[in-house]
Amino acid sequence: MKLQFTAAALAAALVLPLSAQAQTEIQWWHAMSGPLGDWVGDLAKDFNASQKEYKVVPTYKGTYGETLTAGMAAFRAGNAPDILQVYEVGTATMMAAKGAIKPVGEVMTTGGAKFDSKAYIPAVAGYYTAPNGQMLSLPFNSSTTVFYYNKDAFKAAGIDPNKAPTTWPEVILDAAKLKAAGHKCPFTTSWMSWTQLESFSTWHNVLFATLNNGFGGPAARLVFNSPLHIRHFDDLSDMAKQGLFVYKGRDNAADVSFPSGECAMMTGSSGLYSRVSKEAKFAYGISALPYYPDVAGAPQNTIIGGASLWVMAGKKAETYKGVAAFFKYLSRPDVQSASHKRTGYLPITTAAYELTDKSGFYKEHPGTDVAVTQMIRKTTDKSRGIRLGNFNQIRTIIDEETEQIWTGKKTPKEALDAAVTRGNEQLERFQKANKS
Amino acid sequence: MEKRVLFRSRWLPWVLLAPQVSVIAVFFFWPAGQAMLQSFQLQDAFGLSTQWVGFDNFRDLFTDSAYLNSFKITALFSAMVAALGIGLSLMLAVFADRIIRGALFYKTFLIVPYAVAPAVAGVLWLFMFSPTLGVVAYALRSLGVDWNSLLNTGDAVALIVMAAVWKQISYNFLFFMAGLQSIPKSLIEAAAIDGAHPWRRFWSIQFPLLSPTTFFLLVINMVYAFFDTFAIIDATTRGGPGQDTMILVYKVYNDGFKNGDLGGSAAQSVVLMAIVIALTVVQFRYVEKKVQY
Repeated sequence: MKLQFTAAALAAALVLPLSAQAQTEIQWWHAMSGPLGDWVGDLAKDFNASQKEYKVVPTYKGTYGETLTAGMAAFRAGNAPDILQVYEVGTATMMAAKGAIKPVGEVMTTGGAKFDSKAYIPAVAGYYTAPNGQMLSLPFNSSTTVFYYNKDAFKAAGIDPNKAPTTWPEVILDAAKLKAAGHKCPFTTSWMSWTQLESFSTWHNVLFATLNNGFGGPAARLVFNSPLHIRHFDDLSDMAKQGLFVYKGRDNAADVSFPSGECAMMTGSSGLYSRVSKEAKFAYGISALPYYPDVAGAPQNTIIGGASLWVMAGKKAETYKGVAAFFKYLSRPDVQSASHKRTGYLPITTAAYELTDKSGFYKEHPGTDVAVTQMIRKTTDKSRGIRLGNFNQIRTIIDEETEQIWTGKKTPKEALDAAVTRGNEQLERFQKANKS
Repeated sequence: MEKRVLFRSRWLPWVLLAPQVSVIAVFFFWPAGQAMLQSFQLQDAFGLSTQWVGFDNFRDLFTDSAYLNSFKITALFSAMVAALGIGLSLMLAVFADRIIRGALFYKTFLIVPYAVAPAVAGVLWLFMFSPTLGVVAYALRSLGVDWNSLLNTGDAVALIVMAAVWKQISYNFLFFMAGLQSIPKSLIEAAAIDGAHPWRRFWSIQFPLLSPTTFFLLVINMVYAFFDTFAIIDATTRGGPGQDTMILVYKVYNDGFKNGDLGGSAAQSVVLMAIVIALTVVQFRYVEKKVQY
């Protein structure tokens, strides 16, 4: 550390007479670990090598939740990073924090970079756009929910490995066959709330919360205890009782169970692709989320997860110029396309999607286009996305209440009703705290 | 012969007290005051807007069934941690006290856990008992025990109690060991000559002489269970399944640091502070009477 500092000081002293100013450092806090952490590091490295004025310094700050907390605490202490990666759940919180952030559109124009918000995929960009049409944060790693299945396990259980289950009744049938063939974990899921309630709602074109899932304002309230939602959790509960669905824990705790071969089917993030492609020692398939065929309008579209990059307020003009240059680099079709291929996250611009398509990647790696095709469909007011305050807490409440189903303490209806009641208290609290 | 120190100067005692008072003021009274202040406010996560809400935060808390349930869990948890922690370490200390050969090895071995950070201890226990990848969980399953701390409340409580007790045993052990070694050997030898069994010698001589130590450890262990265990819970169960291992201090940490709800979290810490003050008063007023110094 000290050595580095002296070396930097020495270098600065040598360079000083030549250039009036040293490199501007741009602090970037993120939540990408494992292979995704390497990806973030490579992005910064490539950008730094491409020019001399700015240096992007990525710092890993833990999980999405921890990164957001770290950002908030740092802002309160007057020490915020320049760029903060915030997961989609934190979007409403960041939008409400008007004095803490600088809208990305503004950063780009003042930073002297040309900015066309229409270049971004509408379903993704729409999520991060304020009602007045201003883009507030840069979509970075947008994922969506997809269905993974183990083709080898399917074959072993006598199921056609090239025919993924497309509906929930089919999932239950296949799970039963897998179980009969001796599989201990036929189906599991990570991100319970995101895959089984949020995406489930938009996929079936039913509301998760009123006022268009919160897009219509902070007075939105949760409604995910409709008969359809309860029916789905009744099914999951039956599956759990028969050992067809195995609960593997909160957040992404279940992620490890699919690439290891332990669980044969799972719903999870398309961003898990980077890991599955690296670790899975079996043939796997990626397909669209299952749905209930008797629901009118299903399947509609899934919603995004993942995160976007927020620029914090109160920095020097020089810093914003650097951030703009970096964001311009990130939005380049070739950079985007390479990231998309590497991670399974969505391409954030239409040009990047077309470039990837043209390169023949989707044909070579079947299933990688599922996430894109699920998202690019037309959205309705009920399926555009979900934007709620205190969403982080609401997801925890959903975890807590749905766990009571798997332990047999509550019926699905009791659990979902309780989650809605408790979640609505959080929404009221957020509405009260962010009045001004 | 009592020796009394008289200060002739008026300001000298205050000057001598000043360092201690200022440390307490900065590290205790100021944060405690801040917490009191914040418990009457509702603030957004970035601290950009603050509103006075009076007792709203407290009212919200006491109408929340999950919060009320948290009291029960905390009481159970801290009683188990204190009882098991003190009991086990007393046993270990008594045994270690009798060993002559290799005593240093045993003692060092028993003290090691105290050097482990709570979060690390939590992860350690999680790796052993996680239903997915735990070694011990795997062994238990092959013995026919269906261990699942993710879904079974009993298993989850057992896991956090084990981790918390394991972490605290070394501390208790050190005190008991020191206490046992300061008991004059002649007393025990005299009792032995009178024909008292080791069991009798322990209950009639050693344990009563250890009562001040035990009392001190009771207070310390309660405080430990109340305040120092959130890292263990965060690493192992995160308050689950449901909210069945959500002890009060973990809820404070969870709501304040993870969810950014500072008002609610501050109100909870004020309640927690009141509980610990009450508990300490009860201990010193009633339990202390049973202690022979």
